[in-house]
Amino acid sequence: MGIDLGTTHCALAQSALEGDLASPRPEPILQLVARDRVDAQVLLPSFIYAPHASEGSLALPWDANAALAVGQYARRRAAESPGRVVASSKSWLSHPSVDRHAAVLPVSAAEDVTQISPVEAAFRLLDHLSEAWSAGPGAGERLGDQEVILTVPASFDAAARECTVEAALAAGLDQLTLLEEPQAAFYAWLDQRGDAWRSELAVGDLVLVVDVGGGTSDFAAILLAEQEGNLEPRRVAVGQHLLLGGDNMDLALAHLVRQKLEAQGSPIDAWQLSALTHAARDAKEALLSAGAPDSVSVVVPSRGSQLLGGSLRSTLSRAEVQTYVLDGFFPQVPWQQAPRQRPRTALRQRGLPYADDPAITTQLASFLRGHHGVRTAEAGAAAPQFLAPTHVLFNGGVFRSELLRTRLLDTLNAWLVDVGAAPARALPSADYDLAVARGASYYGQVRRGRGVRVRGGTAQAFYVGIESPAPAVPGMDPPTNALCVAPFGMEEGSRVALPEAELAVVVGESVTFRFFGSSTRRDDVAGTLLESPERSLDELAPISITLPAQGRSPGELVAVTLEAVITEVGTLALFARPLEPRILDEHWKVELSVRSRAPAP
Amino acid sequence: MNTETLAWWSRVGLAFRAFFRILFDGRYASEAGRALTPSTPLVPEPGARGAGNPGAAACPPAAEVTAPDAAVLLLSLLQGEGRFVDFVQQDIAGFSDTEVGSVARVVHAGCRKVLRAHLQIEPIRGEPEGQPVTLEPGFDPSRVKLTGNVAGTGRVHGVLRHRGWQAADVHLPTLIDRGASRVLCPAEVEM
Repeated sequence: MGIDLGTTHCALAQSALEGDLASPRPEPILQLVARDRVDAQVLLPSFIYAPHASEGSLALPWDANAALAVGQYARRRAAESPGRVVASSKSWLSHPSVDRHAAVLPVSAAEDVTQISPVEAAFRLLDHLSEAWSAGPGAGERLGDQEVILTVPASFDAAARECTVEAALAAGLDQLTLLEEPQAAFYAWLDQRGDAWRSELAVGDLVLVVDVGGGTSDFAAILLAEQEGNLEPRRVAVGQHLLLGGDNMDLALAHLVRQKLEAQGSPIDAWQLSALTHAARDAKEALLSAGAPDSVSVVVPSRGSQLLGGSLRSTLSRAEVQTYVLDGFFPQVPWQQAPRQRPRTALRQRGLPYADDPAITTQLASFLRGHHGVRTAEAGAAAPQFLAPTHVLFNGGVFRSELLRTRLLDTLNAWLVDVGAAPARALPSADYDLAVARGASYYGQVRRGRGVRVRGGTAQAFYVGIESPAPAVPGMDPPTNALCVAPFGMEEGSRVALPEAELAVVVGESVTFRFFGSSTRRDDVAGTLLESPERSLDELAPISITLPAQGRSPGELVAVTLEAVITEVGTLALFARPLEPRILDEHWKVELSVRSRAPAP
Repeated sequence: MNTETLAWWSRVGLAFRAFFRILFDGRYASEAGRALTPSTPLVPEPGARGAGNPGAAACPPAAEVTAPDAAVLLLSLLQGEGRFVDFVQQDIAGFSDTEVGSVARVVHAGCRKVLRAHLQIEPIRGEPEGQPVTLEPGFDPSRVKLTGNVAGTGRVHGVLRHRGWQAADVHLPTLIDRGASRVLCPAEVEM
């Protein structure tokens, strides 16, 4: 079973592990589509709705009195009753300055709604998938009895991965493996091409995976290396998690039409804006398709039953979509362009860290420049200034539009020509919406020895912050150094221990350390010490070590060393080992993401 | 609860099990199709609309297609996505063609979405309208209607005036709450 646990949609695909190894097929997911209606659809919107007491409980095939609804009905209610619906919970799961176990969703909850944590939200979605599969295609079997491949964004940090696993285990998915979404999209492409892929890619090729979903964008690069005479794809670079996607484009167009309508003297309320966003999405898809008309009308239907007389009408032209979507989100910038950063205001409302610069091409340029150090020696004509792809694999519903694919590819090729590299070609996607779920299921077969495996290992190196011994200055925190505890590219099942460096931990107390990650520092090994990590690393949620007092006296200082393990599931685990163990193999687990990080001053 | 029949919730459960076995088990579906074919009128059963399962839709039992609840369900879908009932219920005599036209786009786009999602609609004849067509003897009179100077035997030569439509696949959501089965869309009160 391949599960795509998406920010805006979830999907499920299944394939056999034995016998006839057919391509994975998407499985329809039972869900409430209205208060009193159940239907099976291939996409499950990632929305969770808590009905008001007056609505009574909701009835599902597997639960006559469900307290929450997941899916299309929940999404519909998000526009009608936003205080009762959890949306985009996955973005909160990867939010570095939020305690992912704290009940914070929905953010502006109605007074009688019990808030849930980002981890519980992930559990609710997975639990729904599990129950719906049992009641539907599984015909009574448990999803947990199947081998499950669950996808996460490549940019998910160690804590977000662990939280995802925690939610999956709570939903009974015991036979679990994590897979990065861009790799899943690549597996779907491999499955679709069959053996023909070997004639389409050669040693030294670099496939850029561009995944733009409803609410997030992700970039990853896969290098075709040679291993004992065979082609071996290796995931060599992963971009930052960007909260930017197709929904932003719909909203940009909706605000444009709103301005036009308000200029005509028709104020737009929140309900109408939501209806307008739907209309703008349809208009966008019509105007971005081949042979599009010059303009389409956008109608906001009246809210009441009198449709005529109360509806508002405006138009969107192809030129406007060109300006706002193509030039707004995919501008033809030079490759040197740096993403714009809005100055941080002192008081930020608690919310998601949306990308400051909506230009996906600019974000892509930044990703490619940031990974210029990736060794493309095998690629021959490597451009030194940025990572030069030879192929592009598009994923995400946004790229159903050929115009957007062409614009992104043209922009990229202009950069490549600029540095004297050959232009890149697009690889045909298996399915922009369902490739990740299908590729995840295919990976289940790959793990059993079928087809080719993408090597990757961890997409980040991890560092623990250690206070450097320096004279105290009033009003200043002592400077912090960062010690590498887990290098880049650790494979599943591997472990690495710090050679000698020691941390001192007080027995019986929880000791918290700052924690950092980097997706670009590829050469650091366990034990590498960096100064001023704030400049070169991304700060993650802190970690903590609690040594139980057993066998030692409380308050005693114990010297420990750290060991990093990449579990078979695909998560990072850190262990503290005392230098002078009291029992054989004495070690303690280090807690990742213990609390929200202190807000930046 | 009547002791002669199953409790309502048990029936919902049973209906769901039948629904999904029919959906995913071809042999079971054909058996169920045979069981449903007798002309005895179907008691409207919440949770298992006959029209909602493609397995049974393959054989056309008239009693199911005309079941009033399926009609109400389809209307509520058309209203929900395309404001169909609002449009037809309103007196449009006093409005200009432009006003009617712009609203018709909303109705058209929404209703089209419903038809695409729930009834895979296809033309019965592939030939272009206005072109001559030949029908072999024994053609299905429910699929092709003859008009004009209808007489003679053997092959039929004529001109295709309308290509016809058929719903290749009927797939309606399953209704859960019997109490709401006549509601096309609820009244809305904003707090």
